[in-house]
Amino acid sequence: MKANCWNGKRQVRVEQVPDPQILNARDAIVKITSTAICGSDLHLYNGFVPTMEKGDVLGHEFMGEVVDVGPAVRNLSVGDRVVVPFPIACGECLMCRQDLFSCCENSNPNAWMAEKLWGHSPAGIFGYSHMLGGFAGGQAEYARVPFADVGPLKIPAGIPDEQVLFLSDIFPTGYMGADMCNIQPGDVVAVWGAGPVGQFAIASAYLLGAERVIAIDRFPYRLQMARERARAWETINYEEESVLERLEDLTGGRGPDACIDAVGMEAHGHTAMYAYDRAKQALMLETDRPLALREAILACRNGGVVSVIGVYGGFIDKFPMGSVMNRSLTIRSGQCHVQKYMRPLLEHIERGEIDPSFVITHTLPLDQAPRGYDMFLNKRDNCEKVVLKM
Amino acid sequence: MTSSTQQTRPYARRAGEQPIGVGEAAPERGRTYADRPEFGGAEVGQRSEGLLHDPERVARGLGWFSIGLGLAQIAAPRGMARMIGVEDGETSRDAMFAIGVREIASGIGLLTRPRPSGWVWTRVGGDVMDLTLLGSALKSGHANRNRMAAATAAVVGVTVLDLLIDVTEAITVNRSPEEVYRFWRNFENLPRFMEHLESVNSIDNLRSRWKAKAPAGTTVEWVAEIIDDQANRIIAWRSLPDADVPNSGMVRFALAPGNRGTEITVELHYEPPGGAIGAAIAKLFGQEPSQQVKSDLHRLKQVLETGEVMQSDASISPGPHPARPPAERIGLAPSLQGGI
Repeated sequence: MKANCWNGKRQVRVEQVPDPQILNARDAIVKITSTAICGSDLHLYNGFVPTMEKGDVLGHEFMGEVVDVGPAVRNLSVGDRVVVPFPIACGECLMCRQDLFSCCENSNPNAWMAEKLWGHSPAGIFGYSHMLGGFAGGQAEYARVPFADVGPLKIPAGIPDEQVLFLSDIFPTGYMGADMCNIQPGDVVAVWGAGPVGQFAIASAYLLGAERVIAIDRFPYRLQMARERARAWETINYEEESVLERLEDLTGGRGPDACIDAVGMEAHGHTAMYAYDRAKQALMLETDRPLALREAILACRNGGVVSVIGVYGGFIDKFPMGSVMNRSLTIRSGQCHVQKYMRPLLEHIERGEIDPSFVITHTLPLDQAPRGYDMFLNKRDNCEKVVLKM
Repeated sequence: MTSSTQQTRPYARRAGEQPIGVGEAAPERGRTYADRPEFGGAEVGQRSEGLLHDPERVARGLGWFSIGLGLAQIAAPRGMARMIGVEDGETSRDAMFAIGVREIASGIGLLTRPRPSGWVWTRVGGDVMDLTLLGSALKSGHANRNRMAAATAAVVGVTVLDLLIDVTEAITVNRSPEEVYRFWRNFENLPRFMEHLESVNSIDNLRSRWKAKAPAGTTVEWVAEIIDDQANRIIAWRSLPDADVPNSGMVRFALAPGNRGTEITVELHYEPPGGAIGAAIAKLFGQEPSQQVKSDLHRLKQVLETGEVMQSDASISPGPHPARPPAERIGLAPSLQGGI
């Protein structure tokens, strides 16, 4: 089958690879109809994630049709149309029982690698390095889906792929970002990052009852999408003005009640701090650039919540811990527990309350995946989200 | 918003318990089976004379050695590089510096940790790193081969010394102590999750024959006997004399607090007899036995909680290879159908 494979920094290639097989009794094989390129795939593309190997199949946002099931799968049949969540979860361990699916204790065969860096291992993830299991990903024609009786969500006929594909990752991720903010009626929420996850964080904050949501980014077309589609109340272009000052003005001097970091480790800035972080990265003294995170912490009102859904991998420098401690901030974070959110979010979609396909700007055949990565990374042609079709 | 003062719940003291802060010092929990008074301080397994009598002392010696070596590597990376016969250049100086930093770190770890033997594995990991770097230096045309060979021998010498330490690891499984004990007590189940074991066959109620994988497709064998067996609490075993690899082990099962299942703690002691077998043992038990045991426990947890060992496209076969579906036809892993 064809699959998009990592081949080094800024190099992906569509190659011929063997078709997947059933390896565990609870596996299913899915014939993929639609898949997408994620912002976190760009961290792999840019070489920021360790334990990648040339030839790794990428991709963790995918959906399609079940073509084979292992002997222990009772809830799925061949022919079912499913969306597959990106974390792999067994459903049996204490973490899964508490709905912390992205912390599943059994789904990472390479747990020892993650333990070295992070203390304990989280769940395995499709197509996201050997440290997170070494699973082939979903930017391919077929995928093997472990624990198929826990993860995949059946989709009724009549809803196009484009409306439900993002239940695999970015819609639940944005939603969890907003969910962690403990939004109360009347709250003002600020979201750093108007990429696809940021767009869903903004939309979800409204679904959860926020009064005003502010979008922060540097690309006018993304801020426009946030305003016109995700209903952002105000937008801030950080290249044109000071984010902290503008947020003060917009919140009567209080600061936002909650701040969502939907940017993560490859944050970009244009100040001395950005140069500092890039220099430290080059010297391998810092692995991640936490510019958005620092700002979110400083901006947040006393007693507020900083919700971190942007992906980080290693270590950061100059973290404003004093601001956190002295002002009673709560930091909440995590890889999205997608399995927990898929069903309720499908209901929002079915009731017509949100059409997630609004983030799609480009649709390409799988063969053009390398072009899709380049477009997405460099924001060419006002690129927001690239969907790959089979 | 009205201000609220919280009512506190009275703290429910266990029978006979003094208020917090009052009372005599709690008895210290022994760290190993041998330290525990309730187990009579009995010796588990055969211990040879000499170094293994005091593994902590060995670890401390290695700690000072690490620091000394590290300082030399940092202070004089060029001199060190020249001494071991590697080409002088930016890369080797940087590598020497990095290695020096790492040596000092493991040295400090060894000297400051309450249980330094755990930290020895950073040294072993480091030695492997040195060996790999030296290996690649040997391949490059620039090195002085005689000096390189001497350096490699020295590193291997240190590596074998580093392997005389024992291993303790723990994991929590969301099953009852009865289930977990029953599974482990049937030693024939052990190869299902202990990667280096090929087979374990019962001889009688107490003794069993163990076969483990060795390099080049060979196997190593020994007979082990159970020396302690307390249902749902402890199983301890040791190899009989004449074992290729003298070893002993103990596993403890304890109810985890708060309905979390069972805490399993494994202690394993390896005593390489030295010589040619010793070198083979180094590879047999992996350069990082602590990590290997922990991975074995992860697999045990998967088997008990989900019915089978979880496979990924990378874990399905040994050695580094890309995360993509395997080319050859692979059957289903055997699973725990219908319970233990």
